[in-house]
Amino acid sequence: MLNMDWAVFCKDTITGDVMSGCLGQGRDITYLNWIFTAWGWTVSVSLTALVIALVVGSVIGVIRTLPDSPWLVRLGNTWVEMFRNIPLLVQIFLWYHVVPALIPPMRDMPSFALVVIALGLFTSARIAEQVRAGVQALPKGQRYAGMALGFTTPQYYRYVILPMAYRIIIPPLTSESMNIFKNSSVAFAVSIPELTQYAMQVGEETSRPVEVYLAVTVLYIISALVINRIMAFIEKRSRVPGFVASGTGAGGH
Amino acid sequence: MKKHVIALAAMSLSLVAGSAFAQLNDTLAKIKSSGTVNLGVRDSSGLGFTIGGGKYVGFHTEMAERIVDDLKKVTGNPNLKINYQVITSQNRIPLLQNGTIDFECGSTTNNVARQKDVAFAVTTYVEEVRIATKNNSGIKSVKDLNGKTVATTTGTTSVQTLRKNERASGIEFKEVMGKDHADSFLLLESGRADAFVMDGSILAANIAKSKSPKDYAVVGEVLNVEPIACMLRKDDPKMKVAVDDSIKRQIKDGSLAKLYDKWFMQPIPPNNVSLNMPLSESNKAAWANPNDKPMEDYAKK
Repeated sequence: MLNMDWAVFCKDTITGDVMSGCLGQGRDITYLNWIFTAWGWTVSVSLTALVIALVVGSVIGVIRTLPDSPWLVRLGNTWVEMFRNIPLLVQIFLWYHVVPALIPPMRDMPSFALVVIALGLFTSARIAEQVRAGVQALPKGQRYAGMALGFTTPQYYRYVILPMAYRIIIPPLTSESMNIFKNSSVAFAVSIPELTQYAMQVGEETSRPVEVYLAVTVLYIISALVINRIMAFIEKRSRVPGFVASGTGAGGH
Repeated sequence: MKKHVIALAAMSLSLVAGSAFAQLNDTLAKIKSSGTVNLGVRDSSGLGFTIGGGKYVGFHTEMAERIVDDLKKVTGNPNLKINYQVITSQNRIPLLQNGTIDFECGSTTNNVARQKDVAFAVTTYVEEVRIATKNNSGIKSVKDLNGKTVATTTGTTSVQTLRKNERASGIEFKEVMGKDHADSFLLLESGRADAFVMDGSILAANIAKSKSPKDYAVVGEVLNVEPIACMLRKDDPKMKVAVDDSIKRQIKDGSLAKLYDKWFMQPIPPNNVSLNMPLSESNKAAWANPNDKPMEDYAKK
């Protein structure tokens, strides 16, 4: 029923002529060149935001579980609730339009940086929650054992609690890493030329929205799947025999 | 039992579809027998928009209402009612083809690609793609855009126009795409972009609505010309003749010019500001010789 025309990707973006070899040169680019550039933006936004989210999320997640530091715990809780309770798109606009109006030096920051901050901090709240869950899933005895050995608080987190907690939360971290790729599509709202914006623009230019959306969908699936496989590999390599998160379903503590 | 129900449903569906299709190539007969015209209108375009409460206004919307008045005479049914149906850029062609709307007058560009699916009445408005900028930016024409940041809106043909001009004039500028017109204008207003390239009527509307309209100017040469026309179903010659005749009458007796003055030179709702957009030369030419030439023919000139 549907009449697909995949040659649309070989067309020059200005003249609309089908180019031989499907790829243009220099300033003459085809829609295929363009979709790879757009994919590049999606991947760079997602990966940079993921790094921020993992670092900030781990710090916030850990301070929420600290004993005897009620103010740090409150700070962590506020952080999580604040970033978790505001819709992502609203946060993107806040970072893009409101924050630079309040803090003039941020006016010169490229929109890429602002989007990465917004997406990274939004995801950091979710990762912080997972880190906290991972730490709290461990029996209290582990913490006491560390203390009994004479470890300081940073030491028993580093050598006893976190290695176990991270293993527990690898599955939800996998979902979060895949989510960040999908959430990166809101970046189009602040003029990042990524895949979603490509789909909207090229769909209109070529009058071939079905082919364009299908191609974009495939690229999103590939990106998310690669992350999924990387995380599965990490999960497998970091497995501790007999430990609860070894994936057998048996055991526990 | 269940099978029977499904078979029955399928049969009645095909019957309904059959009768609908039978009348799709004779819109006038469909309008006459149903007593209603399903008019496609826009809710936020320069040529047709809503002022709330189910009221649709604008240059093309009002023109369409006058076309329906003339259709009353053509069909011999003086009690035709208008059923306003809001359409978007994405759904207007499918809705026209499946009979949900009988015709639409909004902001549809008549181009060769669309002529494969639909027909167009004679051109009633000619859109000119222009540059809007702040008065103090020093930008006076396309070549001044060299090294600047230029905003335009995702999903519009202006993006392509801009690329073509960039190539032709050998200049280099950074392109940012707003997600909608209001967003693109915000890019210009907040200084993230030095210029906003878009349809003249959209630029005028956004400037008129802005905090201080006198800070902005529409400058430079016309980058592209697009004929905007009412869209009709393909292969329905009777309907096309009826609509074209009505438009030609409105041009001839000067009522279309009055309507233009009302919507482009006088203060208009909802903010009671005037767009201040005198009739362009290309628009005058289109009215002098009513035609349904696609956009591509304008570029050849």
